[in-house]
Parts: sequence; C-alpha cells; structure tokens
Amino acid sequence: MRAEGLESPSASVQRKVRALVAKPGLDSHDRGAKVVARALRDAGMEVIYTGLRQTPEQIVEAAMQEDVDVLCLSILSGAHMTLFPRIMDLMKRKDLHDVLVIAGGVIPDEDVSKLKDIGIAEVFGPGTLTPVVVDYIRRNLKRKS
Amino acid sequence: MTAIENEDSEAKAALSELYPHTGKARIVGVTGPPGSGKSTLIGQVAKRYRKSGKKIGIIAVDPSSPFSGGALLGDRIRMQELSTDEGVFVRSMATRGNLGGLARSTSELANVLDAFGCDIIFVETVGAGQSEVDVMKLAHSVVLVTAPGLGDDIQALKAGIMEIGDIIVVNKADRANADSTVLDIRNVLELSVEHRGWAPPIIRTIAISDEGTNDLIEKLEEHQTFLRTGGLNRGRIKGENQLLEAVKERLADVVTADLRRDPEYEGIVKMVVSRQLSPYDAAVTLVNKIIGKRQV
Repeated sequence: MRAEGLESPSASVQRKVRALVAKPGLDSHDRGAKVVARALRDAGMEVIYTGLRQTPEQIVEAAMQEDVDVLCLSILSGAHMTLFPRIMDLMKRKDLHDVLVIAGGVIPDEDVSKLKDIGIAEVFGPGTLTPVVVDYIRRNLKRKS
Repeated sequence: MTAIENEDSEAKAALSELYPHTGKARIVGVTGPPGSGKSTLIGQVAKRYRKSGKKIGIIAVDPSSPFSGGALLGDRIRMQELSTDEGVFVRSMATRGNLGGLARSTSELANVLDAFGCDIIFVETVGAGQSEVDVMKLAHSVVLVTAPGLGDDIQALKAGIMEIGDIIVVNKADRANADSTVLDIRNVLELSVEHRGWAPPIIRTIAISDEGTNDLIEKLEEHQTFLRTGGLNRGRIKGENQLLEAVKERLADVVTADLRRDPEYEGIVKMVVSRQLSPYDAAVTLVNKIIGKRQV
C-alpha cells in the first residue's frame, strides 16, 4: 500500500461528484459501462451503477433519489433515439435541470446532433479514453461546488 | 440529503427543523460480510412490507476508496423492483473515510427519511466484518446476514460482530454447508453474553427466491414488541448517542481547524514524520495548548 497515495484526511469531507451510470434498454453486456464506472470512481467520484435493462422511469427515479450531478447513459442496442428522448422528458418533469447528461456506447455520428438538441451534452463513442470522459465531466458540471 | 453529506451550512438548519418530526420510524440495521446477500434480502423484505402499505426508506452504505476518495455504490442494483415504487426511497452513501461501517451523516439522513414519513428505514452497512458497531447505535434492531462458505466462515466472525445481531440470518441456505453454518453460529452465541433478555434467533433464507422472508419479518416484529415492552430503553440510548456523536464531531472540527491555523503545527508534523516526536506526545502538547487549563 503506497502511503503517499492516500487521500489527505481533510479531503474526505469535500464535496464529491455523484454520478449515475445507467444502461437503458436491452443491452446484453455492460463491460463498457463498468469500465467508465470504475474510472469515475478512481477519479474520486461516487458512482451509482444500476445494472442492465433499465427503463427510463427507473433511471430518472434513481437520478432523483441519489441526487446525482451527472447522468451517464450507456447504450449498445441502437435504441437511443427512442429511449433518450423519453429519459430527457422525464428528467424535465422531475425538475432535474441541473444534471449533466452524457452518453456513450454505439451511437452513430449522424444521431449525435439530434441527441444534443434534446439535452445530451456530449456523446462519447467506442474507443474514447476514460480520462477524456472524466475531464469533460469535471469541466462541465452544471452544479456549482 | 446531499447538503447534509457535504456538511453545507443550510443542512444544519434544515436538520434542526426536521428533528422534532423524527422518532416515528423503525430503523433496522443490516450488516454482515460482503457477498452474504444483504441488499437482495432487504429488497425482498421491503417488498413484503410494501404490500401492507408501509413506506420504506433504504440507506445503503459502501466504502470509499482510501486512495481516490471515490466509491462504487452498487447496492441499488439488487433492489430493481423497488426502483419505481413511490413508497420506497433508496439512497446510496459512501463512507467517505469514516470507519465503523456507516458514513458520518448516515444517522442524519435517516432523520430526514424519518421526518418525511418512512415507517421503516433499512440501513445496510459496509460489512467488512469487525467494525460494524456504528449500526448498533443507530438501529432499533440489527440483522446480521451471513452465508455458508464465505471464507473462514463463522470462526472468523469474532464475538464483537456476532453480538450486535438481534437476529442472525443464514442466507443462501440452499448451499450444502448451511447446516454446519447454523450449528457454528449457535455455538458462538451460546458462548457469548446473554443478549439482555433476548435470545437472537437464527433464520435460514434464500433471498434470491424470496424464501424465509416471512420468518425474518416475524422475528423483526417480535423484536419490536420486545423493545416496546421495555426490554431496553433504546430511546434514551439512541438519543444520547446522537448527542454524543454530534458533540464529538463538532469538537473534532473545531479543534482540527484551530490546529491547522496554529503556526507551530507544521513544525510539529515534521517532527513526528522524522520520528523526533511521537504522535502521542505531540497530541498531548497540542491538546493542552488548545484546552489551556486542563491537563489531559
């Protein structure tokens, strides 16, 4: 155990970024989502991961109860144009305006601008390095610390 | 809740306002080694309570990484069916460096859920094994969940952890060595101090298929009756504990802030690091400075 790697005692009570990593729809594996979840944890964030086959209602309810700062949607099935608008609509209804929403997985380039139009701040395709995601989140959080 | 975790100033005011409305909820602590099935079991018990219309709160605590300060909070994943039930509120918390099984502000978050009308609040703790004593101070009833075949099994569950369980659950009871696990527990329990008038029952469950859940609920109800009919004055104990915890926290914050402002502090830290001064002697010196008159 490298002692110099330990967090300083005063750091523990600092405000932590809370993230929800969610997989809407019927994807059959979550390797990518788990990689992102771990990377966010290693970057000092508190990550709630809710597993496979989430409905939009489940995702938004979790985002609300856990009061997350960022929602990371991971999808491989191609159903993003159906599911993401529903999710963003529910987020609005639940008054979750100050949550940063990003997406990743298998999302064709031509859909990205449509997704940005409905409020997805950025889309990260396969092969994105996790530090890029971490950095983006840190720089674009809507809530002040 | 977030403000409370981050210790924002407005949180304290909100908590004071909420406090008179607390005291109605029943707090059930659930602890035990990782992998024993705590989250799954809580999910099943909560579902049953929901059928009788009870409002449920669940606080699931997971450890923060001592290196990155981050945490992977994965208990919610086991409670999927509850996630859109409006009568259930699930909150995941990270320990943020606190030892003892709970986060510093877990009891305060429980107060919030209590004030907002939860009938039962489940608090699931880290379950690293030996230090889960925070939950005993917070909960009315503590359920200790274990499962056959988790490494060293029951022998590794030292007396301290076993004694905090008001109800012991052997989950995954379909496994081959479930019987010997129950026997081992019984032996350990017989050797330990009598549980102040309540003999902890051992229950078998298979959480994933919802077996044994009814038995567990029955025992929870029995324990509640036992507490009510004056088994213990938990109310006073809990109230005093909350007060003392709050005092300790405030003291630690005030003292640490003062220390860091002290011009001699850096020098003392350096002397401790270079082994010229032991931390204990340094502590005596520093605390005496702060307190002034009293020698501690």
